[in-house]
Amino acid sequence: MSVAAPARPEPAAGPVRAGRPVRVGPVSGLLRWRDVAVPAVAFAVLVLAAALSIGRGDYPIGLGEVLRTLVGLGEQTQEFVVLQLRAPRVVVGALVGLALGVSGALFQTFARNPLAAPDTLGITTGASVGAVAAIVLSGGTSTGAILGGLGVPVAALLGALATGALLFGLAWRTGIDGYRLVLVGIALWSVGAALVDWLLTRAEIHDAASAYVWITGSLNARTWDDVVPLGLAVAVLLPLALAAGRVLGVLQFGDDTARGLGVRLTGAQTAVVLLAVCLVAFAVSAAGPITFVALVVPQIAVRLTGGSRPPLLAAGLLGALLVVGADLVTRTVLPQALPVGILTAVIGAPYLLWLLVRGRRRSTV
Amino acid sequence: MTELLHRSPTAAPDAARVRLAAERVRLAYDENVVVDDLDLELAEGSFTAIVGPNGCGKSTLLRALGRLLRPTSGQVLLDGRAIAKTPTREVAKVLGLLPQTPVAPEGLTVADLVARGRHPHQNWLRQWSRDDEAVVAEALSWTSMTDLAGRPVDELSGGQRQRAWISMALAQGTDLLLLDEPTTYLDLSHQIDVLDLVARLHAERGRTVVVVLHDLNLAARYAQRLVAMKDGALVASGSPAEVLTEQLLAEVFELEARVLPDPVSGTPMVVPVRRLR
Ligand SMILES: Nc1ncnc2c1ncn2[C@@H]1O[C@H](COP(=O)(O)OP(=O)(O)OP(=O)(O)O)[C@@H](O)[C@H]1O
Ligand SMILES: [Mg+2]
Repeated sequence: MSVAAPARPEPAAGPVRAGRPVRVGPVSGLLRWRDVAVPAVAFAVLVLAAALSIGRGDYPIGLGEVLRTLVGLGEQTQEFVVLQLRAPRVVVGALVGLALGVSGALFQTFARNPLAAPDTLGITTGASVGAVAAIVLSGGTSTGAILGGLGVPVAALLGALATGALLFGLAWRTGIDGYRLVLVGIALWSVGAALVDWLLTRAEIHDAASAYVWITGSLNARTWDDVVPLGLAVAVLLPLALAAGRVLGVLQFGDDTARGLGVRLTGAQTAVVLLAVCLVAFAVSAAGPITFVALVVPQIAVRLTGGSRPPLLAAGLLGALLVVGADLVTRTVLPQALPVGILTAVIGAPYLLWLLVRGRRRSTV
Repeated sequence: MTELLHRSPTAAPDAARVRLAAERVRLAYDENVVVDDLDLELAEGSFTAIVGPNGCGKSTLLRALGRLLRPTSGQVLLDGRAIAKTPTREVAKVLGLLPQTPVAPEGLTVADLVARGRHPHQNWLRQWSRDDEAVVAEALSWTSMTDLAGRPVDELSGGQRQRAWISMALAQGTDLLLLDEPTTYLDLSHQIDVLDLVARLHAERGRTVVVVLHDLNLAARYAQRLVAMKDGALVASGSPAEVLTEQLLAEVFELEARVLPDPVSGTPMVVPVRRLR
């Protein structure tokens, strides 16, 4: 047998450097400071950016005034401007960014691929197909009339969900393989883009213009009515996503390792994809496809927190910050107010190119 | 505290209690049948090595034994119960499997990797109990990985990486360990390192071990029982001396070879002569 087994080593003296153990009653977990610090800082900056954004407009309001009004100490006229006219835009922006960031983090962890995001997987394009169809076809055919009757947000939601279902169905074999998911998603993306173009060529000039604004992704003229469905969706989906975080840590490994560690693979994968698709669907339905946020933000988050996978909460808050910040920039720095989606695309497109050029990922093929 | 790791090796291995068994299993990928009608029993506290040429179905068999592949007919029994009907999580508490080429996500540290081994023992509330901490610390020190705990797995040498994965399997705290070629990519001294570790787990911790190995001499030296496979069938099973005969080497590996006693351990030692065609 083995040559003289050495004496058993002493158990390790120091704590394992994975994080700080936190134990309260039956609850226990490992906490690392960056997983707390990054979301905390992101949240603080988000509040600041949101207040600045609310202050901008034809009737400027100072930062202090805005903050005072938000906590209920402002004057009545300002209260109306801040809470009724301007806050919904910022709240929609923040919720959309949050949903996109979390959804991107879910997709990327699941597919084990930084290229996976609702944009590259065709889900946002699917939403565009729904929305543009509703705008363009509403006058004409009977299906068009039905779509038009649903309204643009609902049509976009359905478009996104349908694309998600298609993606899932086509990528499914005996299970879902991340690499296959990305390939199928890219195919859906181009089909969707072609459909949108086709619809636009058939559009009246007026419809085409409003469809274009929608496709770019914009926060203009949002009201509390836009906030409600999105807010409810985030309130339900975000806790579920955070609860799935534990399983995500294991799903990151190969399928065999994950199942060897007791994960019911098919169920877990289905749940993660479903959550990610629903989050994007509601986000896109509320503000149009604000592109590249879901692609870029999770990778920024993982670099800031220094873990091995995009942290959900940090990705969500950074996503919110990016959308609100980009909206603020387009409305103040640029000479002409542009839809927020243009700025995120300007930031995101080079990043996507860089990812593609860098190409080679260790664990694929 | 850490009873998951401390299991008395002398605790009555009631000789023939079968922990894991394959009963007439047929294993296939889609239409392609790889293993057909195979029977295998693994007794409590045994140390078995599976040997056979590339592509003969060793990994496939191991995956089936670990519930990662569902047999198209026949069944696998874990402690007498159909493994397919046992919840994944229950299986994961009893049986640990190290795949042939495990992939760690970029940037994952050794400590994180080993901590993931505790997954089957955790739940939403209890994500890092004192037990988890103690078992992980011990698994790291057993595999001499404590000093490397903070390093990313993808920056380790092949041998260190292999030890990190074994450490994770160890942290899982399972009675049964199925290891698929844990010594690939390792130089001879690191192969010995890893196998010594596995042997200690078996001898001192009473683990039931199944290893797929390509080095026949090491397999004969470390394992109590050899199982030889060819083309998806079980050709021979028994003590190394019973299995590693010149005739079997010709049949299974198409190799003309001499079998001599290993001067160190007395177990059979294969000296290849030439390939038979
Ligand atoms: N995922 C898969 N899909 C389809 N066929 C597979 C798959 N995995 C293995 N096979 C096939 O099954 C057969 C047995 O493969 P297996 O991996 O079990 O061999 P092995 O004995 O472990 O070989 P090696 O010593 O090279 O690891 C091979 O012919 C292989 O091509
Ligand atoms: Mg193999």
